[in-house]
Amino acid sequence: MNVRSMLYAFIFLVIFAGQGVAQGFAGLGQSADAFAQPERGGSFAFPADHGAHPAYQIEWWYVTANLKDDQGRDFGLQWTLFRSAMAPEERPGWDSPQLWMGHAAVTTPQDHFVAERIARGGVGQAGVTAAPFEAWIDEWHMAGDTLDQVEMRAMGADFGYQVTLTAQGPLVFHGENGFSQKSASGRASYYYSQPFYAVEGTLMLPDGPVEVTGTAWLDREWASQPLAATQVSWDWFSMVFDEGPRLMGFTLHDSDGSDFTQATWIEPDGTTTAFPNGAFLATPLDTTRVAGRDVPTRWRVQLPDKGVDVTVSALNGSAWMTTSIPYWEGPVRIEGTHSGQGYLEMTGY
Amino acid sequence: MVLRLSHVAKSYSVGGTAVEVLRDVSFDLGAGETLALEGESGSGKSTVLHLIAGLDAPTQGAIEVEGTEITRLSDTELAKMRRGTVGVIFQQFNLIPSLTVGANIAFHARLCGAFDPAWTDHLAARIGLEHHLEKYPEALSGGQQQRVAIARTLAARPRLILADEPTGNLDEDTADTVLALMLESAQEAGAAVLMVTHSARQAARMGRRLILSHGAVSERSAAGAGAAAAQ
Amino acid sequence: MIGQGVQALWSHWRYNPWQLITLLAGLALSTALWSGVQAINAEARASYAQASDLLGAADVSRVVRRDGAALSVAEYVSLRRLGWPVSPVLEGQVDINGQSFRIVGIDPLTFPAALPESAGEEGGLTAMLGTEALAMAHPDDIPELAGSTLILRPDATRPRGSVLMDIAQAQQVMGPQGSIKRLLLGSVMPLNHAPLPPEYRVAQAGVQTDVTRLTQSFHLNLTAFGLLSFAVGIFIVYGAVGLAFEQRRGVFRTLRALGLPLNRLMLLLVAELTVFALLAGAAGVALGYLIAAALLPDVAATLRGLYGADVAGQLQLRAAWWASGLGMALAGTAIAAAAALFKLAQMPLLSFNHPRAMSVGASVAGQRLAGGAVLLFLLGILVALWGEGILAGFALLACLLIGAAFCVPWFLAQCLSVAERLSTRAVVQWFWADSRQQLPGLSMALMALLLAMAANIGVSTMVSSFRMTFTAYLDQRLASELYLNARDAAQAEALLGYLGTAADAVLPIVSVDTRLGGLPAEVFGIRDHETYRTHWPLLQATPDVWDALAAGEGVLVNEQLARREGWGIGQTLPTGDRLIGIYSDYGNSAGQMILGEALFSARYPDVPRLRFGVRTDQPEALAAALRARFDLDEEALINQTDLKAFSLQVFERTFSVTAALNVLTLSVAGLAILISLLTLATMRLPQLAPVWALGLTRAALSRLEVVRAVCLAALTGVLAVPVGLLLAWVLLAVVNVEAFGWRLPMYFFPLDYLRLAGLTLVAAFLAALWPAVKLARTDPQRLLKVFSNER
Repeated sequence: MNVRSMLYAFIFLVIFAGQGVAQGFAGLGQSADAFAQPERGGSFAFPADHGAHPAYQIEWWYVTANLKDDQGRDFGLQWTLFRSAMAPEERPGWDSPQLWMGHAAVTTPQDHFVAERIARGGVGQAGVTAAPFEAWIDEWHMAGDTLDQVEMRAMGADFGYQVTLTAQGPLVFHGENGFSQKSASGRASYYYSQPFYAVEGTLMLPDGPVEVTGTAWLDREWASQPLAATQVSWDWFSMVFDEGPRLMGFTLHDSDGSDFTQATWIEPDGTTTAFPNGAFLATPLDTTRVAGRDVPTRWRVQLPDKGVDVTVSALNGSAWMTTSIPYWEGPVRIEGTHSGQGYLEMTGY
Repeated sequence: MVLRLSHVAKSYSVGGTAVEVLRDVSFDLGAGETLALEGESGSGKSTVLHLIAGLDAPTQGAIEVEGTEITRLSDTELAKMRRGTVGVIFQQFNLIPSLTVGANIAFHARLCGAFDPAWTDHLAARIGLEHHLEKYPEALSGGQQQRVAIARTLAARPRLILADEPTGNLDEDTADTVLALMLESAQEAGAAVLMVTHSARQAARMGRRLILSHGAVSERSAAGAGAAAAQ
Repeated sequence: MIGQGVQALWSHWRYNPWQLITLLAGLALSTALWSGVQAINAEARASYAQASDLLGAADVSRVVRRDGAALSVAEYVSLRRLGWPVSPVLEGQVDINGQSFRIVGIDPLTFPAALPESAGEEGGLTAMLGTEALAMAHPDDIPELAGSTLILRPDATRPRGSVLMDIAQAQQVMGPQGSIKRLLLGSVMPLNHAPLPPEYRVAQAGVQTDVTRLTQSFHLNLTAFGLLSFAVGIFIVYGAVGLAFEQRRGVFRTLRALGLPLNRLMLLLVAELTVFALLAGAAGVALGYLIAAALLPDVAATLRGLYGADVAGQLQLRAAWWASGLGMALAGTAIAAAAALFKLAQMPLLSFNHPRAMSVGASVAGQRLAGGAVLLFLLGILVALWGEGILAGFALLACLLIGAAFCVPWFLAQCLSVAERLSTRAVVQWFWADSRQQLPGLSMALMALLLAMAANIGVSTMVSSFRMTFTAYLDQRLASELYLNARDAAQAEALLGYLGTAADAVLPIVSVDTRLGGLPAEVFGIRDHETYRTHWPLLQATPDVWDALAAGEGVLVNEQLARREGWGIGQTLPTGDRLIGIYSDYGNSAGQMILGEALFSARYPDVPRLRFGVRTDQPEALAAALRARFDLDEEALINQTDLKAFSLQVFERTFSVTAALNVLTLSVAGLAILISLLTLATMRLPQLAPVWALGLTRAALSRLEVVRAVCLAALTGVLAVPVGLLLAWVLLAVVNVEAFGWRLPMYFFPLDYLRLAGLTLVAAFLAALWPAVKLARTDPQRLLKVFSNER
């Protein structure tokens, strides 16, 4: 077994399951209990909270964008910076217990380009500062005076992009004012979004540069052990409807077969309505064979309380992230009671 | 005496029970004599011949070949006897398929160190196959094959020829010719012949006739025997 | 009808379980051989890849400061942030337990080369991160590090006196004196990246690239061996499937007579064979795993990656692995079945099933195969004359080997008839004639044996030649005990001052890159010293070559350059120099010229003297002293004994692999012989019974059976030796030239061939033993039945 993949597999554990850290790091003498836990009723302080929270085990800055070029062709774009901590603190220098991982992707109807970077904190190779805002790993970054206007870039061996994001609306907070429950037993994360970015910029593809415009959605989330041990996979939807509202919904699948769902309805002015477990429904309709697995790439998504009953279809069913921890992440089209576009992320397939 | 059997018995174990094939067989054969051993199918006449050839061992009794008691001999000594004193002709598949007819005829004689080219050539001509010496046995008819077997046996100048239904697979005319050839050649070589057969017609041409029945032998009238011997 | 057909086909197997077992075992074993070789091959490749990665860390290009100064963490980060995929290596000297150790700190998260295998063991790489993490050291060093705070893991690939660890821990162990000595450069650059700031430059991988080229050539040859094992396997499968058809001719005839249409019957047979191929193939892949794991405990690690471990990225490899094993079984079955089905289609419905006309038919079949062999040889010659590239090399190899295999029946038949003609004793004559009769039944097994032996001879010749070349190369290139690369003139001066008393001799190595004959080449200047006089591998030279070189009266060039330009000894070269010597220079594709020191200095006065070879009796002690005194990193001071020892160790590993493969392929070939003999055993009785009746004991006959198998194997071996040597020659002199442009010299190892011949005879002996014992114990009644109508 490849040494690197062991490392990545470990990081995956930290990021997506948050379990088993104590075993993995016996030598460090840190148990997960040492990490800070999100609390109900906690309040946010900005811009500081746009920065990193090293006392929490995991955190991410997650941007997805639906783009079009001047010929109306659709593109998707992803820029993600993950942080995972081996200890609830930051130490300067090589001894930093903070590990960083960047994922970038561009999806076209035919192709899916992926790149990945890994770094440790402490020396400045990767990190996040709140004001002025910058999240970076190597030459990839997302930076601006404030989060309202940021420049974002990433580069792989065969693709890259440089785009500008401009906020057209306020930040929105999921769950109870940003306290987002992830399981019936009460595990949770801090979770807010900026779903109102307008995007313009350039994609660098093997055939040459492409000028694009569109919308983007930033998710910010941090936690320690947000998922129960038995929660093995998830399907996450971000949807931007043509009429203006946005909808975020996810289903967490438990190994015992039970699901846990949450959703946030976002009006164009940023007013949110959070929905409890069970209100949001996502049913797979069709799968695509990708990387040797069957991944659902057409869904029926319902939120009856808001009259939503739509079909969500992948722009490119093969948007498989061939990163060290593989998952599916790609742009989608929405049709039905509402039409629009968005992003779909599926892990655990 | 070339051959003497005294109270020979043979039983096989078939599925755990002993089946007695020969109960008490005694007879003897003088030099140059010809003897037919007759009997029903399954009477054990082939077994008698196998015992004499040392291809199988009796349960009881004694067999003397050329004055040597052979039932006590080792496998190797028995093989040596087959190589020299005794020649065996079977009903079929006597020949070595990988050797030519010529090599087959010479084989036995060379094996026992009695190879005499002139005698072998004579025998080949005698059986009428001098033009087939380079062929392989599979190219010959059944009758031709048996003739080669006879020539091969005689080439080694054995004192005793044991023939086990040597013409059993042949049609009547061919059988007569082959048998005549065998007897004439044996006489020429001075060998005694013991032939196992179920054919009275064939047996009638031998000097003596023994009938094997219920595990023991009895002599048939000597009259016919004399007539046959006179031929 | 189909149902009855299936029943009839199946009932044959039910009543003849041995035949079914033979078929399945043949299929499974050849698949196992293929899979096992693949696994072992993969391991050898892995250990070579690892070797070249570690030999070099140097094999990876580096980013260095133009002024040669150490790099700061800030510089590392700024280069990363410009998009340059660099990875830091922190090095320094530290005293532990009174001994000086080289501490090497790497950043596993960005390290561009393969990490030491030992880092991947239990706990994973994460156990290597941080300040209280694992450190890797040579097993012999571990006792000397006892008592330190390091958590040590033995790793035989580490050089002595050097400890590898995470950069964080290295920084802590070394304190402020630890600095970044190099930035390794990853091979994958981002699509667009900023230019390198002017104060840096990319240093291409150095000396070791030649080693890399050698090992690449080795990989290629191992691949060829994989293909050979495939060929051996195909022959065995062919034999097994052919047998399955031959044995069931009667059943087929009955089925057809009962009204089963021919195409329906063929379909049934194809379906049946597919099922068998899949079943046996799967068993074979699993068996291959067991064989490989049993032969080489080291393989287990590689195998986990190949067979198991449900990790992304590995999955496809594993699928390919199974697919290749099953594909091998299916392909072999298909090839064999095609011929058999063709025969079946031609079989007259009512022909009488008489025993095959062995002697006649056999010689015809043998001649036909020999004719095929001639065609293959001609094709091979055509390929050799007009083909180009490595594919042509492999095609030549295939023509040669299959042609040689096709010659086996004819060759053996000729040998046997000559022997038959020459023999005077009846039994001996019969023995040869009878052996010839057995040929058709044994020829598949003997062809497989020929391929197995030829492959073994070829591959051990190739591997051993490779080793001799490699060590000779190291001896030549690394004749001095220590090699020094000074950072700058000042350090060189200081080193020379120190070494003046501490070393036996210091040999400056100066070189410039230039062009000779229009192509890039290197010119070296060397000091006149015993080291060169005794070690330098001259192919041709004038009698006074070294004196003339020292006096500046001539130059040496490497074989490549001389060949390319057609230069000969005594000739005046375009440079105006007289050529006085040509030396071999394996692994290098570029031209090279050597001048005497004085001539070099006169011609290239500006070249600084930074590299030195150091002769000493006590390389370890001197190396430690130099490291302690001058802060030299792993590249600045190379201990040739370490390098050589390590290379040899890698070779030893490969040898154990080759030895294991020899045994494995021979056992499979031996098994093929056993299978054939067992199959022949029943047909043998009518052939043996007459001889038995004429006065050979069963014991004598069975002894002859064993002697026959050994004789046939020996005769096959006689053919296999030249074929194997030819195979080695094609690998070294054709395939290698096509692939890399230079040829490896071929050495002969008669003792190895003798041992192999011995092994082959033992294999044949063992294969024949059981059938022979069975024959010796045959009930006389069974033999007697041959002669009567009762059978």
